[in-house]
Amino acid sequence: MTFARYTERTAFERPLTSGVAYAVRVLHSEREQFEKHQGWTIKRMDTLEKNPVHKDDYNPDLFEPSPIQEEYAPVIFAQDIISHVISIDLLSGKEDRENVLRARKSGKGVLTAPFPLLKTNRLGVILTFAVYKRDLPSNATPNERIQATNGYLGGVFDVESLVEKLLQQLASKQKILVNVLDTTNQSYPVSMYGSNASDDGLELVSHLNFGDPFRKHEMRCRFKQKPPWPWLAITTSIGILVIALLVGHIFHATVNRIAKVEDDCHKMMELKKQAEAADVAKSQFLATVSHEIRTPMNGVLGMLHMLMDTDLDVTQLDYVRTAQASGKALVALINEVLDQAKIESGKLELEEVQFDLRAVLDDVLSLFSGKAQDKGVELAVFISDRVPEMLIGDPGRFRQIITNLMGNSIKFTEKGHIHVTVHLVEEVIDSIEVETEFSSNNTLSGFPVADRRQSWKGFRTFSQEGSIHPFSDSINIIVSVEDTGEGIPIEAQSRVFTPFMQVGPSISRTHGGTGIGLSISKCLVNLMKGEIGFVSIPKIGSTFTFTAVFTSGSSSSKEYKSQQINNQTNSVSSEFRGKRALVVDPRSVRAKVSRYHIQRLGIHVEVVSDWKQGLSSISRGSSAFNMVLIEQEVWDQDLNGSAHFIDNLEKIAITTPKVFLLSNSISSSRANTTTSGVCNLTVIPKPLRASMLAASLQRAMGDGNKGNPRNGEVPSLSLRNLLLGRKILIVDDNNVNLKVAAGALRKYGADVVSASRGMEAIELLTPPHRFDACFMDIQMPEMDGYVSRVAFRTSLYNSDSEIEFEATRRIRDSEQNINDRIHFGELSVETYNNISNWHVPILAMTADVIQATHEACLRCGMDGYVSKPFEAEQLYREVSRFFH
Amino acid sequence: MLGLDADRLRADLNRLLAFLFHQGILDEQYLQLQQLQDESSPNFVSEVVNIYFHESEKLLRNLRSLLMDREFSDYDKMGIHLNQFIGSSSSIGAKRVRNVCVAFRAASDQNNRAGCLRALELLEHEYCILKNKLHELFQIEQQRLLAAGVRYPMLN
Repeated sequence: MTFARYTERTAFERPLTSGVAYAVRVLHSEREQFEKHQGWTIKRMDTLEKNPVHKDDYNPDLFEPSPIQEEYAPVIFAQDIISHVISIDLLSGKEDRENVLRARKSGKGVLTAPFPLLKTNRLGVILTFAVYKRDLPSNATPNERIQATNGYLGGVFDVESLVEKLLQQLASKQKILVNVLDTTNQSYPVSMYGSNASDDGLELVSHLNFGDPFRKHEMRCRFKQKPPWPWLAITTSIGILVIALLVGHIFHATVNRIAKVEDDCHKMMELKKQAEAADVAKSQFLATVSHEIRTPMNGVLGMLHMLMDTDLDVTQLDYVRTAQASGKALVALINEVLDQAKIESGKLELEEVQFDLRAVLDDVLSLFSGKAQDKGVELAVFISDRVPEMLIGDPGRFRQIITNLMGNSIKFTEKGHIHVTVHLVEEVIDSIEVETEFSSNNTLSGFPVADRRQSWKGFRTFSQEGSIHPFSDSINIIVSVEDTGEGIPIEAQSRVFTPFMQVGPSISRTHGGTGIGLSISKCLVNLMKGEIGFVSIPKIGSTFTFTAVFTSGSSSSKEYKSQQINNQTNSVSSEFRGKRALVVDPRSVRAKVSRYHIQRLGIHVEVVSDWKQGLSSISRGSSAFNMVLIEQEVWDQDLNGSAHFIDNLEKIAITTPKVFLLSNSISSSRANTTTSGVCNLTVIPKPLRASMLAASLQRAMGDGNKGNPRNGEVPSLSLRNLLLGRKILIVDDNNVNLKVAAGALRKYGADVVSASRGMEAIELLTPPHRFDACFMDIQMPEMDGYVSRVAFRTSLYNSDSEIEFEATRRIRDSEQNINDRIHFGELSVETYNNISNWHVPILAMTADVIQATHEACLRCGMDGYVSKPFEAEQLYREVSRFFH
Repeated sequence: MLGLDADRLRADLNRLLAFLFHQGILDEQYLQLQQLQDESSPNFVSEVVNIYFHESEKLLRNLRSLLMDREFSDYDKMGIHLNQFIGSSSSIGAKRVRNVCVAFRAASDQNNRAGCLRALELLEHEYCILKNKLHELFQIEQQRLLAAGVRYPMLN
């Protein structure tokens, strides 16, 4: 019992063993004695192994006594827990026997394969040590060891409890599932501990060494629970996948889109090119066709003109006249189309010449006065005093716009009036604030009109006043053309400025026209940096308003040679300067117009609205009135009053003033004057124009002998004045052209010298010389627009004009050289005709209509160009810039 | 009698001019040329036209010799000649000649020798017509002037 107690006490040193037992080696020969000594028989355990019993039924007495064996190894001592094994022969158990034999043979601790333990039936292993009688050398043979064996000490390891103990030590919160296997036999591992849960691969395999090299054990650890799905990782990766897909898709879509857009862009470019080409082709076609039509039309007109010289009877003459008028209309139309083409191809350039706006409007007025009188429509022009006398701009184009607008107005107006007003934009802006009330009756003829302020409602100039620079010398003028015509139908108003669009097909039948005029006007206005707008009320009338930017003419008059327009008004006005006039007119707008025209002659004007006021102002006036101008309407309304007025006039006034009647139509006023029986009444026909007014006044005031010499003057006549005696050099390498040009200039009285080569010209024009101007031919291969010009510029051989340009450059160089030398005193001025600044005007002659380009000529030092064949007006315009 | 003759000649002249215009042989430029003729230069038109004939014949000769040359390649020189021809023809209003010249130059620009040869032949033909017609015109004009000249002293 000491063994039992000892082992019990030292059990804490062997925490892993569940019990220890000692068996002694007993040979068969010693059995009887041994059994006697112990008091029990040696029992066998193999039957037990075959028929395992439940531990409760365990009874050691049931064991059969061991059969006769060579030797026995009965357990004699055992720890209390396993005391049931005492007396059992270890050699009778299969596992134990093997173990014992191995242990004593090897002299080392030996493990059994796991087997169910006795009584508990739990799986366990037994570690067996052999106890020898004496110390054996380490190299002792197995036989020696067997002989020396005294007994066997066995420790029982209950694997289950062992592992549980271990796991408790691990203190892992996560339950770990541990399988301990005996893998001595590789193919059939024996499970020593743990459930036989299916192997899911996620396990840690570690080898266990219990000190017995023969036996191999391994421990497989895995988590009891299946590892949870890593949802975060899964969702994250799925998310990333989705995002990547989306990004990929977006990228793909973007790439596709870009490709598509690029494709479209290419297509667009292609189409744009085509469209542009078509547009250019259209413009060129228009230009060419117009030109081609113009040429034979001129032939037709010429022939018609000749036909009129022949003997024709009245009917024939009428036919010819009609044909000629139609032809002229056609040419005018073609010119319009040509204009449009020019504008569209961007080839229209505005001139910069000084001109008198008032004279231009007088001209336009006279153009329409006949028509207006025929229709009985009153025509009036009013220009604000603040608009400068002289402006710099393109009078021709300005006139074209006005003519277009007035032409339209007169076409559609049967009664009432057409009123043109010109103001400065600033003036109108100021008046917008003041003049809030618009009275539709206060108009020229008394007919209601469309509110013209509506027509400039959309103008940028008005919305942003900052665009007007009061300090620059640019003059913003605003022109309104107001009529009392039939107006534009509301539905047609949106396309008024569209080329070739008319209100309806019936319009062109009844009124004619191409419908291109307004579109051209709009383009021209745009070129003048202005805007155009309109307001129109059907059955009441239309008002067109446009603005244009000019520069003030007076400030830089030296740079711009004034266009010589009839300035007889100035000469005439001196006659009337200081005189006083009284205008009797109840309608303020009309009186304003009259006052404007009369004031232009330098006459001081006073306006009264009726007879009574008129008489009182005459009687109280300190200085006498020289003339009284009476509106016909006033006269006709009250014939008695007028007779009374005339009577009183002679009584009151110190010097009887001349009385004039301002009349719209000559015929009716004549009739009236005869009936009224007043003899000293002169009728001034309207529309009022300074020149005509002056002439009428002159005639009536007694000194009518002075004619009107320059009114309606033929340009060729003044061209003759300009060119008479001028020495002009003509350079043209084509003898025929040379002769023709020389003939043309000679016709105007010029002294012409011809040169056929540029070199000659250079020699002739080296100062000192006596030439007043040089006309140099620029050979243009053909009139077919821009293309040939480019081709002609780039081609080496075709650059005939380059020769002319080069010649010009060299002439300019030599002039500059000589001017410099005169300036520095190297050359005396006397030898150079006392001219210290040589600059002979060189004008390019070109057969080119459409593209006669200024810049190319100007760039190389030319001063201008004239088209071939010479047109009197253009020649005059160009030449007048240099000759005075 | 002579006066009637002058009128008839004037009618003839106009008829011929009308014909020339109708056929497109001349255009209004010729009329402009006529307008340049006055007392100070009574023979202006015929002078110009004679220069034109002279120049044109030279040009035609040059063009023909250029084209007849076997190793011909100088289309640029031909273009210059043609430009000259076009210019002078425009100046006197020889419309059909000018148009043929333009076509000629187009052929020359394309280095189309066959086209050039055809155009040259047409040009010579047209030029011939023009020359004949203008001669005819001048003849009538001269007769008319003569007739008119006879008549004026009688009136005065």
